[in-house]
Amino acid sequence: MPEGHNGGELMAAAIKRPGWWRGLFGAVAFGAFGFGLVIALRAISDLPLYQTEQTGYPHIIVPAVTAPLGFLWGFGCFDYWLRWAAGMPTIPDDHSQHGAKSWKDYFKFNTDHKVIGVQYVVTTFIFFFLGGLMAMLIRAELAQPGTQIVEASTYNSLFSTHAVLMIFVFVIPVFAGLANYVLPLMIGAPDMAFPRLNALSFWMLPIAGVLFIGSFLCPGGAFDAGWTGYAPLSTGAPLGQSFFNLGVQFAGASSIATALNFLVTIITMRAPGMTFWRMPLLVWANLSTSLLVVAATPFIAGVQFMVLFDRALHTNFFQFAGGGDVISYQHIFWFYSHPAVYIMMLPGFGIISEVISTHARKPIFGYRLMALALIGIVVLSYSVWAHHMFVAGMFSWLRVPMMITTLLIAVPTGIKIFSWLGTLYFGKIHTYSTSMLFALAFIVTFTIGGISGVMLGMVPIDIHVSDTYFIVAHIHFVLFGGSVFTIFAGVYHWFPKMTGRMYDEKLGRVHFWGTLVGTWGTFVPMHWVGMDGMPRRVADYSAQFGDWNLLISAFAFLLGAVQLVFLYNMVVSWRFGPKADANPWRANSIEWQVSSPPPIFNFDEIPRVVGGPYEFGIPGAKHAIMAGEGAEVPAGEKSVVGTGS
Amino acid sequence: MRSVTWGRKASRRRFNRMPAAPMYGRLPIVKMLLVTIALTVVISAVMVPINWNGQGASTAAPKIDHLLNVMIVLSAFVFSLVMVMLFYALWKFKAKPGDESDGEPIHGNTRLEIAWTLIPTVIVLFAGGYSWKVLDDIEEPNSKHLTVSVFSQQYAWSFAYPGKEYAWSEGELHVPVDRQVQFKMHAMDVIHSFWVPEWRIKKDNVPGITTTAIVTPDKEGTYQLVCTELCGFGHATMRATVVVESPAEFNEWVEGLDQKLPEPFMDVLKEESVTDPPALDAGGA
Repeated sequence: MPEGHNGGELMAAAIKRPGWWRGLFGAVAFGAFGFGLVIALRAISDLPLYQTEQTGYPHIIVPAVTAPLGFLWGFGCFDYWLRWAAGMPTIPDDHSQHGAKSWKDYFKFNTDHKVIGVQYVVTTFIFFFLGGLMAMLIRAELAQPGTQIVEASTYNSLFSTHAVLMIFVFVIPVFAGLANYVLPLMIGAPDMAFPRLNALSFWMLPIAGVLFIGSFLCPGGAFDAGWTGYAPLSTGAPLGQSFFNLGVQFAGASSIATALNFLVTIITMRAPGMTFWRMPLLVWANLSTSLLVVAATPFIAGVQFMVLFDRALHTNFFQFAGGGDVISYQHIFWFYSHPAVYIMMLPGFGIISEVISTHARKPIFGYRLMALALIGIVVLSYSVWAHHMFVAGMFSWLRVPMMITTLLIAVPTGIKIFSWLGTLYFGKIHTYSTSMLFALAFIVTFTIGGISGVMLGMVPIDIHVSDTYFIVAHIHFVLFGGSVFTIFAGVYHWFPKMTGRMYDEKLGRVHFWGTLVGTWGTFVPMHWVGMDGMPRRVADYSAQFGDWNLLISAFAFLLGAVQLVFLYNMVVSWRFGPKADANPWRANSIEWQVSSPPPIFNFDEIPRVVGGPYEFGIPGAKHAIMAGEGAEVPAGEKSVVGTGS
Repeated sequence: MRSVTWGRKASRRRFNRMPAAPMYGRLPIVKMLLVTIALTVVISAVMVPINWNGQGASTAAPKIDHLLNVMIVLSAFVFSLVMVMLFYALWKFKAKPGDESDGEPIHGNTRLEIAWTLIPTVIVLFAGGYSWKVLDDIEEPNSKHLTVSVFSQQYAWSFAYPGKEYAWSEGELHVPVDRQVQFKMHAMDVIHSFWVPEWRIKKDNVPGITTTAIVTPDKEGTYQLVCTELCGFGHATMRATVVVESPAEFNEWVEGLDQKLPEPFMDVLKEESVTDPPALDAGGA
């Protein structure tokens, strides 16, 4: 900007350029438009201008939709498409903004999958720590029976927001972030299939998080009907609930767009020779996850819109007094939310396969069955949702078939556990890396979570422990001991690749052992108090459970505190850690054959894939031939896409 | 235990470079199985005697607790197997410091993979069949049952006795011992859930429909009814007292109730729509 211009002109120029200033302008302008529209329509209709009944507030709900859209427009998410659609000359992307030269570049609309991957992971971990802070408050309140720190309705808001942050803006998108970074590299692609859609997907995510957290500012407090938001508790809840309904739309749209992107990328952009049976299992895992997301996520988006409409437009989807059906909410919700637990687990399975194979120096045991097990889980996961509803008063004959499918889904999951164990045999197991420690601990912890899952799948046991702390214990064993352990394994595994620096293994070990002890100490006793009669989602409980809860809280604080070691390790290592080699773990897959961090466009020349991804111990075997080393292809191995292997 | 060849793909052209397939027989399979069984026995011996679900006070309780114990033994076996497999591998195949070589290129073993697909399938189908039987047992209706209407609202329970012209009790449920009770449940505002831990029975009360729970209390005493579905800020304290007593005491107590079911509750009762029907035709669960 030339000097001498006054502030007004500077401002005008800033608002013309896509970026934060125009984003802010867009948010304010679109928000004001939404607000004005509501007020104007109400004025024309002779209604009171502000409707502030509990579930109303249209003058806030409508701007809560339009302001984020205005921000996305201003930020530049739609510029290319809008110009193209309007027949204007598009600005050819010269890729000058690819890569991140300083930390500031991560705050821009960037279409580079590696930048987006880092944006995703950092953003989601911010939500992880916020959600964790809420967990600490929850455990502080539960350390003793009675009410000490927060009153009951605030408590309900806390556990609802904790769950929603962890599920919708941590676990689901952090996997998308990790895969965003490594998946195109793994399949030998220069980027994702739709880079602009990819950037848009990311920028919808902080909006969802802001809506969820912003609901604390609403009259009546944050949403407090649990992350499940069962009607009619949710349809009659204060304004905060509408922020949940809307936040889910942004998180869901982000999730769906990313899944489409992964599907197209995986199906069409694999390097020559990368047949389906040569894809690393992380790629298989994300293929399966994306299949789940595109088909299931629209259901939660739809059902949250229905709740919003019941609240704001007085439709009667779930209003029994108006002929609505209360239980149908749960059917639609769980038709998404059961597949969602696999959305939160399958990418982790992929990570564990990469880590274990690499650090055991062994090919994955039963690779094809591992891939087929993922597909089996995808198919079965659509037929088990009503196991969340065994006591909900649905048609009782629906329980037994749902029980059988629920129990059967343990079979492909068991295949994965046994195959990881088989991979260890006759290997050379290295445990110096924190990622491998988390992967091994995952096997143990997830086995426990799987076992309690099978028990919950059995109707008579479920009738007793449904909606008790047994459920809380189970979901934390599979989501914390399962998903979050795999996330840690993945973050440690690809940290050198993503940052070009090594992390501190000593601190990693402290984090690992603290997390392992904290997880078991926190969540094992929850099984016991649940079976013994303590319901979940309670701010207060009978005194007989006091000692156990104190113990649980103590371990929970350990678990929380030790995450700060992780935070310190990541931040300091990223800045000051020793430079990482291209391939510190001596892995085979393609992302490790390029520098750390990879070149801006990933590859000078697209690699050629000539073998499976885990050919450890086979003399001369290669997964891919990178640029400049093409000479030594063994005869007969020059396969192309589609020939199988 | 007969030995099986590892490396099923050894015959394929692609893996011709592989060294000769290593033998499964190199693993101390028998010892590993013995340790697994020993560990299973130890875990079961510790866990089965513990009364996890607390005191039982209905005919369903021992059946559910027994099912749980069977599952504990099965789970202990699966868990022990995974632990023995994991820790043996970590002990036996841990790389020596400085060893940068690779493990043996074993890609799988078809027979083993089939085994760990089929055996768990059989185990879970057994668990499913057994659960189905228990479920049918505990929900078997009895023609001499007593019907009690349950009403839940934020944040209180009340009960009406249809056989006694809808005598109404707030916050206190009395039932006779050793007689099947069928609860017809109605929610007045949001979903609540009816749980008496000692009975092991839980069922949601859903606005607009009538749900049913069947229980046969078999121990006299005083218990607590707990709401287990989040229903608002008073959820944690939404409790009621449950008294199981002799039929004579029960009859006396009901006779002594001087309130009749209030009008709004009666309306709900009249409009009741049972959308939780029995099987489409007889014989289902």
